Order: sequence, then structure tokens, then C-alpha cells
Amino acid sequence: MAYDKFSIITSPAVPLPIENVDTDQIIPARFLKAVERKGFGDNLFRDWRYNKDGSPKADFPLNDPNFSGKILVGGKNFGSGSSREHAAWAIYDYGFRVVVSSFFADIFKGNALNNGLLPVVVSPGFLQKIFDATENDPNTTFEVNLEKQTFTISATGESTDFEINPYKKHCLQNGLDDIDYLVEMKDEIEAFEAER
Amino acid sequence: MEAKTLFDKIWDAHAVKQIKDGPSVLYIDRHLIHEVTSPVAFLGLKKRGLKVFRPDKTTATPDHNVPTENQHLSIIDELSRHQVEMLKKNCAEHGIVYHDLQSEGHGIVHIIGPELGLTQPGMTIVCGDSHTSTHGAFGAIAFGIGTSEVEMVLASQCIMQPKPKKMRITVNGVLNEGVTAKDIALYIISQISTSGGTGHFIEYAGTAIASLSMEGRMTLCNLSIESGARGGMIAPDDITINYVKGRKYAPEGEDWNKAVEAWKELKSDEGAVFDTEYTFDAAEIEPMITYGTNPGMGIGISKTIPTTDGMTGSDKATFEKSLQYMGYKAGESMKGKTVDYVFLGSCTNGRIEDFRAFTEFVKNRKKAPNVIAWLVPGSKHVEYQIREEGLVQILEAAGFELRQPGCSACLAMNDDKIPEGKYAVSSSNRNFEGRQGPGARTLLASPLTVAAAALTGKVTDPRELM
Ligand code: SF4
Repeated sequence: MAYDKFSIITSPAVPLPIENVDTDQIIPARFLKAVERKGFGDNLFRDWRYNKDGSPKADFPLNDPNFSGKILVGGKNFGSGSSREHAAWAIYDYGFRVVVSSFFADIFKGNALNNGLLPVVVSPGFLQKIFDATENDPNTTFEVNLEKQTFTISATGESTDFEINPYKKHCLQNGLDDIDYLVEMKDEIEAFEAER
Repeated sequence: MEAKTLFDKIWDAHAVKQIKDGPSVLYIDRHLIHEVTSPVAFLGLKKRGLKVFRPDKTTATPDHNVPTENQHLSIIDELSRHQVEMLKKNCAEHGIVYHDLQSEGHGIVHIIGPELGLTQPGMTIVCGDSHTSTHGAFGAIAFGIGTSEVEMVLASQCIMQPKPKKMRITVNGVLNEGVTAKDIALYIISQISTSGGTGHFIEYAGTAIASLSMEGRMTLCNLSIESGARGGMIAPDDITINYVKGRKYAPEGEDWNKAVEAWKELKSDEGAVFDTEYTFDAAEIEPMITYGTNPGMGIGISKTIPTTDGMTGSDKATFEKSLQYMGYKAGESMKGKTVDYVFLGSCTNGRIEDFRAFTEFVKNRKKAPNVIAWLVPGSKHVEYQIREEGLVQILEAAGFELRQPGCSACLAMNDDKIPEGKYAVSSSNRNFEGRQGPGARTLLASPLTVAAAALTGKVTDPRELM
């Protein structure tokens, strides 16, 4: 799937200081009935975000007019649960390009990377600093530099490195995906099959 | 020669290529698809103008959002019907075997794979569903994938995967009465937490594991994902081989003999190194029940909910939020808590052995009048067996009825939703907020503990009724 090329993002962040945010919260199963990958952002965090009558819950960060931006900051063990890629689609579709946490579930991390959404792992201490910074000033910005693999709190200049697999980095920077690569490998795959 | 783990042996035999500084290209032997995570993948193929590369290696069935009543009628929910129709159409277009509702091979993907003999030792198996880890019970590398990866497999029969770390969990000893594979799994997750397995692939070993039936092994491997691991596996033995023998897609004749010979090599070598090891004593495990909103929040049924002593910051806040959702208090006993619903089913505990255990337990007894019970076989084949073995009469005499196969209340995508605020003791795998319906409260437990709750209308230690 084509997605935007990723370079540097400077943006305020939306804090979600909750641990073990699972895929059923990110996008509840009853919204998985679509056969296209559009529009999942509307139901992102549906049950935390809206009351039963459809009115927004004022205390949920996504509904707080003070918070906006392309960076979502979650508590540790973000994205646990299902393999549904809809979770990554919903976050991307809502407008986020980066998710920050001190720990991600494996499948979610892979799904995010396959969909142009950058998962950034920071230390628990740094994560707290990010939460503190947004709490002090919701408009404070952060810089995510994929090339340098750095995440910086703009106001204080405090910065941390993050890791990303070089191959995945290359894909994100160029908006490439694995399927093109695999389809090109067809001969090699056929040779592998013949040898077994 | 270097000592290899079971995982390494299978992985290395399937690695087509290692990308420099990147993932491996892994060849996939079996691909299972269902209606929810495949339509976008087929759409992607279409946009790229591609055909399915190896249609004979993919098998399809609708399970996630199908109704569990009146399956002979058209699905009422329009979106669900559309997803199921799309699956059928995509399979027809690409020459993929499709097991339709009502047909003999229909059921939850992770139940029909083993039943049909599609799941075999030494294979790589993937599906767009995290509980694909179930198939690891046969000594296969099996794990859940996202829709982009479903598209990769359809397009090339391969996916890109970084090689995970290896963990071995050894459980030795003899299981106590009333303790099942489900309790072993919930116990392990309560000990290592829902992120303890992250980055790893688990191999289960030890005498308690070897004593499990194939069904029990599937339950255990199924729940590997709830510890954060990509999957879990158990080296194949005679129990495995006897299970596979004679199934529809199992090898036959000379092929069978060759296969069995190869399968006997599938074990971790003496001295093979694991990145992480845990050892548990089977005698420590009692029937388990969860009290919170993730599968790691489980306790032995005779114990009390932990207190917040020693917890700080976000750990404490998260714990309190969870108990608040459940309507429980720290330090309380779970025994005697009200139960409104029970659910027997899902790819965790929807196999024939689970129904046999449940039926044996409720035989000559009566369902509590305040409990609504949903008994959902994991597949058409399980449903046939329940009828053939005469279990259905026993269940009906005890006040239970049988529904038709599907995922049902495991994820409540169909109409089987637990109402807001109600408590369900469930044989499924996830107790996340809203998993079984908006506002529903889930207590995960074994089929025996589900049966005990169904009879008493309260959380009950099954050993008290044995
Ligand atoms: S039964 Fe539940 S966990 Fe299993 S495949 Fe269906 S939805 Fe997934």
C-alpha cells in the first residue's frame, strides 16, 4: 500500500497515559466489518472516546481541544492483543504518523511499520518526560527525525535515540513496501520451492 | 554440529533469503484466511494486477462474524453478509478452497486446520489472526499476521520476518485434579505477564506438557500470544503423529512414512541455547480465574485479588482502572461472585475434548436459572461429534442448548454480545474491556470452571463439585 514518505515530523503530541492499550480499545471488533481500509479513524478508541449516545467524552485526550498533532504517546505495552492491522490503519487514518511508548506488542509494531506509522520506543524515564511536557504545555512540540533516529522535546532540546531496522527505515523513507520486493523475488522463490 | 532448537530447525528450513540488516524472507507452507482480515489484501492484489501465487496453499472459511443460529438463512447483518460474500467470491476467483457455512469443513480457522490435517509438524503456518499460535501444538512455526502480510503470502507465498528470540517454558510434574491446559496457560501468563513473552517464540517442554492431549496442547499454544509471544510450540511425539494420521490432508502411504521419519527429528537438540528460560512446577497450579482486564490478571481460584501494596504510578493506576471496570475490589475473593453468562467455545476451548469435559461435569445436574449459557462448537465437525457421542441429550437434560459453529462471543462481532455490565465466565482467550460486547465483563477460565459457574450461578471452584 502506498503511504506518505517519512522524513522529519515536528508536531505537538496527544498523550494517552494508559498501560496495556490493547487492539480491542484501539478499534473495537464490531467496527471491523468494512472490506476497504478507509474510515477507521472515526472509530479509533471508540468506546473510550464516545458515550453510548454517540456524544464525545470530554475527558478523553482525543476529545480535548488542547491536544492535537501527529504524535500519539501511549503507556507501556501499547498495542497488545489481536493481529488486526485495522488498529494501525485507524491510528494512521486519524492522522497520526508516530506512536511513542516505552514498549510495544510485536505484531502491532510490525503492522505499524507496514503502514507508514512509525513506532518509537523510548525509555520509561523519557516517556514520563514527554507526558510531563505535554501536561505543562499541550502546544509544546516534538521533533521526530527518522534519518537521525532521534526524538527531541523541542522546548528543552532533550533528545533520545530510537532504534529501527535499517531495511524498514529505508522502506519508510521511500514509501516502499514489502510486497513489491517479494513479487520481484519470484524466481528465487520458485527455485527455493524446486529444491525442497 | 551446532545444537539447534526446534524453532531454529524449522525456521532455517524455510528461510528463502536473509535481507542484509533486515528481516528474513520466510516461505509459508499453510495459509489460513477468514472474512475479516482478507478482503483488503485481495483488494491490494487487484490494484497491483496480481494473481494468487500458490492458491493450493491457502484455505478459507468464514468464522469471525457469522451468526451461531439459523446458519441456513442468509446472514441478517448486512456488513457481515457482505464480508462473507466477498471471501467466497475472492476464493472462487483465485481458486482457493473455501469451506462455506454449514459445510462439513466449516469452523473457526484454528479448529479446522488441525481437524482437516492441514496442520502438520515442521510446517510454517500463518493466518491473519493472532491465535494462529494454536497450530504450534503440532511442532510447527505458526503465528498471526496483519493484512499487509496476508497480501504478501497471497502474492508470493512468503513474508518478511525478523527472527524472534527463543524462550523455553518447562512445566514438570503431575497436574492436580480439576486442572487443565487452560489453567496451565493462565498460570504461566499470570507469572510472566502479558508482555513477558514479547519478542520471543516459546517452546513448551517438560513432563506435564508431554502428558497433555493434542487438544490440551492446542489450548496451551493458543494462549501463547496472550503473554506477548509471537507463538508457542511443542515438539511432536506419538500423540501428535496419531492425531494427524488418517486426516483428510495428511500424507498417505510412502509419503506418510517419510513424513513421520522427518517429524521424529523435530526436537530441540541437547544443549540448544534459549534466550530466556522458565521452569514451573505443575503441583503449584490450581484452577485459574481472571479478575481484571487482561489475561495476565489471573489467580488460583482459592486465592484473593492482589492488593495495590507495593504498586506505584501508572502500574497502580492501570490496576485500579481495571478493577473499577470489573466492579471488583483489591483483596477480595473471587469465589461466590455473581455470574450472568457462561460461554463455552472459541479456538481456545471449542474442541470436542472441551465439550466432553463440560458435559461430563454437568451430567445429571441442572443449569442455574439466573445464567444464560452459550455453548458454541468450534467447528461443524465438533458439532457432529457432540451429536454422535450423545452429548447433546445430556446437555439438554441439564438445561443447555447447542449453538452453531463460529467465533461467537469470543470477540462479539456477531449478535452474541454480553450486555453492558454483565459478568461472563468464558472459556475464550481475552478479557479486554468490551471484548465480549461493549461494557461486558469477562472472567477467563477452563471449561470445568465455566461448567461449575453455569451450575451454581456463581464463581465456583470446580473441585468442590467433583
Ligand atoms: S475464536 Fe476468538 S480468538 Fe479464536 S479466531 Fe475466533 S475471534 Fe480469534
